[in-house]
Amino acid sequence: MEIGLGHYLSVAAVLFAVGMAGIFLNRKNVIVILMSIELMLLSVNINLVAFSQFLGDMTGQVFAFMVLTVAAAEAAVGLAILVAYFRNRGDISVDDANFMKN
Amino acid sequence: MSFAAFSFYLFSAVVIASAVMVISSRNPIYSVMFLIAAFIGAAGLFILMGAEYLAMLLIVVYVGAVAVLFLFVVMMLDVDFVELSQGFGQYAPIGGAIAVVIIVELVFVVAAWTFPAEAELARAHPIPTAGQVVADPNGPNNIESLGLILYTEYVHYFQIAGLILLVAMIGAIVLTFRTRDGIRKQDPADQVARRREAAVELKKVKTGQGI
Repeated sequence: MEIGLGHYLSVAAVLFAVGMAGIFLNRKNVIVILMSIELMLLSVNINLVAFSQFLGDMTGQVFAFMVLTVAAAEAAVGLAILVAYFRNRGDISVDDANFMKN
Repeated sequence: MSFAAFSFYLFSAVVIASAVMVISSRNPIYSVMFLIAAFIGAAGLFILMGAEYLAMLLIVVYVGAVAVLFLFVVMMLDVDFVELSQGFGQYAPIGGAIAVVIIVELVFVVAAWTFPAEAELARAHPIPTAGQVVADPNGPNNIESLGLILYTEYVHYFQIAGLILLVAMIGAIVLTFRTRDGIRKQDPADQVARRREAAVELKKVKTGQGI
């Protein structure tokens, strides 16, 4: 059977859903939430490249390149915030992140 | 089943199984390792689609930099991860429900989608398929055709990407930078400002006596 656009879109859809479920399952662990966001961005990249290839337009790969850049920047800044937060609080639990309210 | 189809199913299975393990592992170290496996599987999918450059970029940027950064942070933070993974079962129903809803929505979207008629007009930058590249080695390959539009039509996006990385780098440094008290270190200004009068004292030592 020939592998077509639908196959790649299905893989990306499942990957996106797994990433989204990961955010709900690991409500307390920020590191796993960041990893779930990376998974969702990866599924978006698979979609962009698949459409780029099957529509024959190279622009999609340029956008995948941009998504890759933003994902790397987001991971770096997110983990830096996490380290600074851990230094101030001593833990990384999301549930206790309410000291701007108090 | 052809070799391409076999590879597609293999890489897809690797990506999805690794993604499930990322979100369900108790130990975040295992999560990072499975994240690396997911990225490598996705790089395989990219190669199958003919996007070799992005596949290599995925390996270099994600596996080489982002995943290592995650591993570094997981190991650096002294956190009781067993305590953090409490409540996993409590949120499992709503998480599964959201995932199913998203999949159903995306299935509806993909099922209703067809190739637009304008897509023929959009083929301004045709991509050679893998077969054409093998048949005509002198034709433009993936990296050439990407470079031809990345540095011409999308050069501003390219420079904005550089700026984003610069801002992220400065932000990460500012966020994690700290000055520690009580450590000895060089102060060049103090050293340069030191004068002879403050540093050298002349003593007249009598013969046969110490100072």
